[in-house]
Amino acid sequence: MAVANVQVSETPLVLYTLRRADDALILGHRLSEWCGHAPTLEEDMALANMGLDLLGQARELYSYAAKVESKDNDEDKFAYLRDVRQYRNLLLVEQPNGDFARTMVRQFFYAAFADLYWRAMMQSKDATLAAIAAKSEKESAYHLRHSSEWIIRLGDGSEESHRRAQTAIDDLWSFTGEMFAVDDSERGLIDAGIAIDPAPPHAQWLRTITTVVNEATLALPASNWMQQGGRSGRHSEHLGHLLSELQSLQRTFPGATW
Amino acid sequence: MYTQALNTSDADDRNVEDAARAAAFQARIDVDERIEPNDWMPAAYRKTLTRQISQHAHSEIVGMLPEGNWITRAPTLRRKAALLAKVQDECGHGLYLYAAAETLGTSREELVDAMLAGKAKYSSIFNYPTLTWADIGTIGWLVDGAAIMNQIPLCRCSYGPYARAMIRVCKEESFHQRQGFEIMLMLCRGTDEQKAMAQDALNRWWWPVLMMFGPPDKVSQHSDTSTKWKIKRFSNDELRQKFVDATVPQAQFLGLTIPDPEMKQDEAGYWVPGPIDWEEFKQVLAGNGPCNRDRLAARRKAHDEGAWVRAAAAAYAEKRKRRQFAQAAE
Repeated sequence: MAVANVQVSETPLVLYTLRRADDALILGHRLSEWCGHAPTLEEDMALANMGLDLLGQARELYSYAAKVESKDNDEDKFAYLRDVRQYRNLLLVEQPNGDFARTMVRQFFYAAFADLYWRAMMQSKDATLAAIAAKSEKESAYHLRHSSEWIIRLGDGSEESHRRAQTAIDDLWSFTGEMFAVDDSERGLIDAGIAIDPAPPHAQWLRTITTVVNEATLALPASNWMQQGGRSGRHSEHLGHLLSELQSLQRTFPGATW
Repeated sequence: MYTQALNTSDADDRNVEDAARAAAFQARIDVDERIEPNDWMPAAYRKTLTRQISQHAHSEIVGMLPEGNWITRAPTLRRKAALLAKVQDECGHGLYLYAAAETLGTSREELVDAMLAGKAKYSSIFNYPTLTWADIGTIGWLVDGAAIMNQIPLCRCSYGPYARAMIRVCKEESFHQRQGFEIMLMLCRGTDEQKAMAQDALNRWWWPVLMMFGPPDKVSQHSDTSTKWKIKRFSNDELRQKFVDATVPQAQFLGLTIPDPEMKQDEAGYWVPGPIDWEEFKQVLAGNGPCNRDRLAARRKAHDEGAWVRAAAAAYAEKRKRRQFAQAAE
């Protein structure tokens, strides 16, 4: 009966894989919160679709992390039996959905990164990560196209949508820097050709973002102050609530099989 | 309107009843020909189908809410992905059915507005709450199971677009039904608490599911004309009986008890349920079910909060058209 948190041996490769898995799970979970409540039926389906893509990525990455770790953990133990301080996702993806503009700006910032990231990761010397990247790249290319189109529609749509989109950009901007941060544990993987150096994609990400934001008649904030902490488990207050919901059954009925 | 423009050359007289045309129409139905959107049809046929297909579409969309209630709490990642995909399927069914209803000449917006105003009905089953994870299994197993019983005959419905929509919907529903049964199987093979959860869900859903087939034949309002037009091929009681006979052995296999002490098997082998409380059905239909207000409120909230998004998309499309026009004029 394991209601307690699982212990994870966070070797560099396990930690690296869990970080990406957590990004995908938490963002996928956020998108799934829209199900049944979106502005149009078409968008309800699109949000669920992207949520499903991300959940699929998370499951593959968790399973790989479990294999690398070679302990007793599996995808569900990682997802359901780690506490907020053990989660390693970006602060950006745990931010609440807010209005539709906020959800789309969050998606746009992340997808513009993920698209470049997964494309580069297809060259990883780790065959499993390269294979996951090949699948994820196709999905994130669609997520980027979908969210870019909405940013343009909202920014260049009505006065109200413009205002909402600009507010979302201003509010979420400080969470984008973390996507490109590298710590010591990742540096070794980059040197070994397993992980990619996120510095070159950063410049390209900024170009993509700027082009779309300009076309949307919106503006990027002048501030360069960036929040950090998600990668080492220092999260916003929002993640704990998300996890208490996500984990409720596993925590209430320890050891049950579903 | 989201569908392609239809031939409306006979728009002026399509509501005019004409004995010769009506006879020709019925003759086509009698030899199992499909009626297509551009064909002449009696106004009452159009009205009946518009009502039935749109109610079906509303049911798919409102039906997303009770199951959506568990997406964020699904107990494993596999269950979470399956449930999200399932609820997404329901949304797809709704879209598909609204498109089929639009071929009869009423726009999706009008149909949705009628539902949000409380004027159009949706299936009463979705006015019951999902309290535990076992409810998700039970909905798949029984609610989707009952829906399939209702919908398989509709694949041969006389109206072409509805019949074709049903073929696709039924394929997905039978997948959902198996998923639901598998959730129940896991619970019934699980801990004592899980088994109790499964039994409790069956206790709460059994009678409302039997009511899904509609009032008993002796009081059903629509059946006669619907049968003549081959919209309905089996009576409410016939379908209910089929469902009960299919479900009892499944409950026995799961080791669950159907909450009907009066139910017995007759000499011919049919399972005969005890009396259904039609007063409960009437009350839920009248808006007094446990979740009627919540369901409508949730759909209205999504609609109202999405208004600025839809307006923005329309404003942008308009701007773009003007720019393209201006460019072309240069």
